[in-house]
Amino acid sequence: MNEDITDPILEVHDLTVSYSRKPVLWDIDFSLPKGCIAGIIGPNGAGKSTLIKSIMGVIPSSSGYIKVFGQTLDAVRGRVSYVPQRESVDWDFPASVLDVVLMGRYGKLGLLKNTNKQDKKIALECLEKVGLQDYTKRQISQLSGGQQQRVFLARALAQEADLYLMDEPFAGVDAATEKAIIEILRDMASNNKTIIVVHHDLQSVVNYFDWVILINMRLVASGPTQEVFNNKLIQEAYGGKLTLLTEIGNILEKREIPPREK
Amino acid sequence: MDDLITFFSFSDPNIRYVVFGSILLAASSAIVGCFTLLKKKALVGDAVAHSVLPGVCMAFLFTGTKNISFLICGAFFTGWMSLLLIDYIVAHSKIKKDAAIGLVLSVFFGIGIVLLTFIQQSGNASQSGLDSFIFGKAAALVGSDLITFGLIAIILLIVVSVFFKSLTLVSFDENFAKSLGFPVRGLDMLLTTLTVLAVVTGITAVGVVLMAAMLITPGAAARYWTDNIRTMVIIAAIFGAISGILGAYISYVAPSMPTGPWMVVASSFIALVSFFLAPKKGILAKWVSNNRNKTIMREENTLKAFFHLGERDGDFTVPRSMAILANKRRMGEKQLRKSLVTLRSKGFVQEAEGHWMLTETGMQNAARIIKLHRLWELYLTNYMHIAPDHVHDDAETIEHIITPEIENELELLLGYPGNDPHKQKIPRL
Repeated sequence: MNEDITDPILEVHDLTVSYSRKPVLWDIDFSLPKGCIAGIIGPNGAGKSTLIKSIMGVIPSSSGYIKVFGQTLDAVRGRVSYVPQRESVDWDFPASVLDVVLMGRYGKLGLLKNTNKQDKKIALECLEKVGLQDYTKRQISQLSGGQQQRVFLARALAQEADLYLMDEPFAGVDAATEKAIIEILRDMASNNKTIIVVHHDLQSVVNYFDWVILINMRLVASGPTQEVFNNKLIQEAYGGKLTLLTEIGNILEKREIPPREK
Repeated sequence: MDDLITFFSFSDPNIRYVVFGSILLAASSAIVGCFTLLKKKALVGDAVAHSVLPGVCMAFLFTGTKNISFLICGAFFTGWMSLLLIDYIVAHSKIKKDAAIGLVLSVFFGIGIVLLTFIQQSGNASQSGLDSFIFGKAAALVGSDLITFGLIAIILLIVVSVFFKSLTLVSFDENFAKSLGFPVRGLDMLLTTLTVLAVVTGITAVGVVLMAAMLITPGAAARYWTDNIRTMVIIAAIFGAISGILGAYISYVAPSMPTGPWMVVASSFIALVSFFLAPKKGILAKWVSNNRNKTIMREENTLKAFFHLGERDGDFTVPRSMAILANKRRMGEKQLRKSLVTLRSKGFVQEAEGHWMLTETGMQNAARIIKLHRLWELYLTNYMHIAPDHVHDDAETIEHIITPEIENELELLLGYPGNDPHKQKIPRL
């Protein structure tokens, strides 16, 4: 099932994404209402990270379009924030906690301008929100996994966006951090921010999210948690691996056929 | 000695050219190299360095002169071409990146050597010195070269400082930079252009073969001394400059010596020193802190020996001989003596007629370590459900590292217990 919404904050229309010609997401359609915390749920290899990466334009899509606040992403980039997976960067990089959080201001500064006092003030406030005010000067490799995840969250907060896309913010964090993060997300949602979270722990879905997007290479369901997150649909997302889909993808890759005729 | 004075007084204009030229190019390649290093593209720098040789030779063949500007244009051309070729091979074949780099590097360098041999055999009078591009010869630098290098170095510096923030961002988190709408591909091209520029500037003095070392080594060495990227870039530039001067000096004193290899030797030496001596990250610092840990553990184990003996006899005030203590902890006589002497200087033990006993504070400390040991054993059995006969070895290590805060937490969690899993009393302080 796919709940239609009038005036959605995010609309994904017929999105197909391929890696070296092999589609990993097929014709995804869904839209999201304002102010929700949405979980993208699905098994390993379902294309959860790929979905938000292509929404953010980090990887190109083969077909379809995405509208954010009713506009193209490029028109509203300043209002959208992306939190990559923690493991996607080298934490041994010579940067302090504050340096990384200040990067959240770079989008507003553009290519050449440097951060000023105001940016620093905002960054420090964001660090306080995630409880890392005592670690501002710490080199980022000296943080625990949970603290690193909070640094990423603080960087996202510093972007002062309206829509947040987070890739596995709960992966490899301790229980205290997980609780702290979900508190912050709820606080953000109550301030009319919309948050999309890639998540793989089925246990906490009902508790954390008011909207669920179930995917497994294709959209299984999208809608309010209590309507969508039921055994039948979870079964469909996790159990019903569509082997034909994978097979066709392999053939496309092998014969180097683009997923869309040009 | 005379050489040294003549050299560092810079009175001879030739020496001035050589020294300043070397400093400029070594420092600017070190600055660019920091980003190459952080982007994990060190090998790419090596490929570019080797690939400029055919460009230099072709420029010479076409123009017939050794004018540095033409040579730089040629170098720039093939340097860039090699990078595009690497990308093309990776995108359109089954060959992986490392193999593609190796392939392009050797093919371009091979062509370069062929062209160079051809030029040498053609008997062109002005070719003399062109082969110094392989290993570099700073002594060949003249005034007009210096102006070109100076200009390139200044351009490099300006571009790096203007784009510093953006280059740092793409080096750290490329996906995030893309999500901000930053021109990641453009910044990549910029960094590559800077790398090519640095290489092109460097090859006259360092030579194509070793240019990659001048890109990477100063940055790698600088990384040991700081956790701040700005400081790292500055330190790398200084390291680069120092090796530039040293290389130039050595090839001045011994004219048959090539400059490039000596620069590389100098910067490798700096890197080695950093590797061993840098605070915190250096091997020596790690060794010292390791040793300190071992010493502390040994001392604490000695205190424990007193406590265990006292517990056995029901009397903590009996003086003990070295032999008994050594037997209790299975410790070497020499190490035991060392521990005891340090403990005495801390006021934890006292000696009388070759026998040792705990002082009041020593007793306190010994009891605390025993307490931590037994608390941890209890925690492991109660909370991790590990069999009581398996917990001792864990506790032997953990007892030395438990902080007062964790100690409090453990006690609270376990409800201020009286006995450990082996029914031994947990000492109260």
